[in-house]
Amino acid sequence: MAVISLTTPITEAQIRTLKVGDTVEITGRLYTGRDAVHHRLHHGEKPPVDLAGHIIYHCGPVMVKDRDKWLCKGAGPTTSSREEPYQWEVMRDHGIRGVIGKGGMGPKTLEGCVKYGCVYLHAIGGAAQVAAQKITRVDGVDWMDLGSPEAIWHLWVEKFPCIVTMDSHGNSLHKQVFEASAAALEKLKA
Amino acid sequence: MSTATTTALQASLIELIRVTSTVLPRDVVTAVAAGKKQETAGTNAAYALDVIDCNIGLAKTTSQPLCQDTGSILVYVHTPVGYDQITFEETFIEAVKEATVKGYLRQNSVDSITGKNSGNNIGPGAPDFHFHQWREDHVEVKLMLKGGGCENVGATYTLPNAKFGGRDLKGVENAILDCVLQAQGQGCGPGILGVGIGGDRVSGMACAKEQLLRTLDDTNDDPVLSELEQRIINKANQSGIGPMGFGGKTTLMGCKIGKRNRVPASFFVSISYMCWAFRRQGITLAADGNTTKWLY
Repeated sequence: MAVISLTTPITEAQIRTLKVGDTVEITGRLYTGRDAVHHRLHHGEKPPVDLAGHIIYHCGPVMVKDRDKWLCKGAGPTTSSREEPYQWEVMRDHGIRGVIGKGGMGPKTLEGCVKYGCVYLHAIGGAAQVAAQKITRVDGVDWMDLGSPEAIWHLWVEKFPCIVTMDSHGNSLHKQVFEASAAALEKLKA
Repeated sequence: MSTATTTALQASLIELIRVTSTVLPRDVVTAVAAGKKQETAGTNAAYALDVIDCNIGLAKTTSQPLCQDTGSILVYVHTPVGYDQITFEETFIEAVKEATVKGYLRQNSVDSITGKNSGNNIGPGAPDFHFHQWREDHVEVKLMLKGGGCENVGATYTLPNAKFGGRDLKGVENAILDCVLQAQGQGCGPGILGVGIGGDRVSGMACAKEQLLRTLDDTNDDPVLSELEQRIINKANQSGIGPMGFGGKTTLMGCKIGKRNRVPASFFVSISYMCWAFRRQGITLAADGNTTKWLY
């Protein structure tokens, strides 16, 4: 598998070249954002950082404070489908170019990817240490009032590995696998 | 309980939490390795299992959580008659607080109305204790850390159902396979199912979760359920859902089914989905609070 290197911030043109099945490695800044962050953005709160060209990582890391420094003890992806009602708005209003998570997302998000030039990147769920190894620095945190797992963590990553499972051309691996597995299980029905 | 005993007990429990969070039990490691052999090199499925395998090794050597979602803390305790459960519970709570500070556990206990995170994993219903007495002379503690991603894709079905069938093995089988279909990769497959047939909405799901305390390589004593377990695994692994829902041959690594009597009006099939990061461990304790044996 050829690996495509991406450095954040990313341009729309770069994102449009990606296709479902591509393996990518991301270097640069990632912002975590999960349930509570999306809920706030949906209610019109201004994000504390400029998200344009950036990637939102659906992740609630394990963080430990050592004097003044945050240490990341584990940071795999969380299930993305919970952000399905909100994600397209974040693409439209804040110019994000990618979302990293697990489990894939639905039709609203896929439409958002096509319309606003964005991709869904799948990390390996549960693999908190593989992900943490690629996080070389924790540069800051916002919205800590949401609690540590729900806060916006500013992570610096080097060669963070993902697979493109939803692209900006309307393709979704998740849709394909769901349809094929539903047909296979229908045939196997007792 | 003497101070010396509670001190030793707390140390034993912190170590139990550390090992559970960072080291995958042997039976699960074996199942992941078997899955890896099945998948074709160069596919997304093989890639996912390679990353999983690498993660299992890294978590163990760094002594850091396998998965950042250190989950619900489910504690199953068997005690001799007359054992002081109250002090045990208080000591376990202290162990959880310390394990959270050390980073073996994420801050994972959130008030359901205010959204406030307690910051130490303690709160109403957290941890979740299940105490039972037994006639043995020692205490046994089993611990599961069950992440929210897999917990969310569990389900309770009621039979009869027009889509799945009646109150028989066919209906049960179709309901379980629907749960696998709906879960896709969202529960971090390849998964393991705990299933409870019957009971009420609480006892059925409690039975389902207790099935997850069985090792993946055991055989169900009930031949009918044993055969059903095998059938579910075989069919699920022909679905093509695969690791992480990427497509592939390894969708389930195990299926463990128990049953409870029901009232005539109800027929529940309760399914608890466990992710590949199946954090389950157990210990037995001596009277002085020290660990005598590791169970998985």
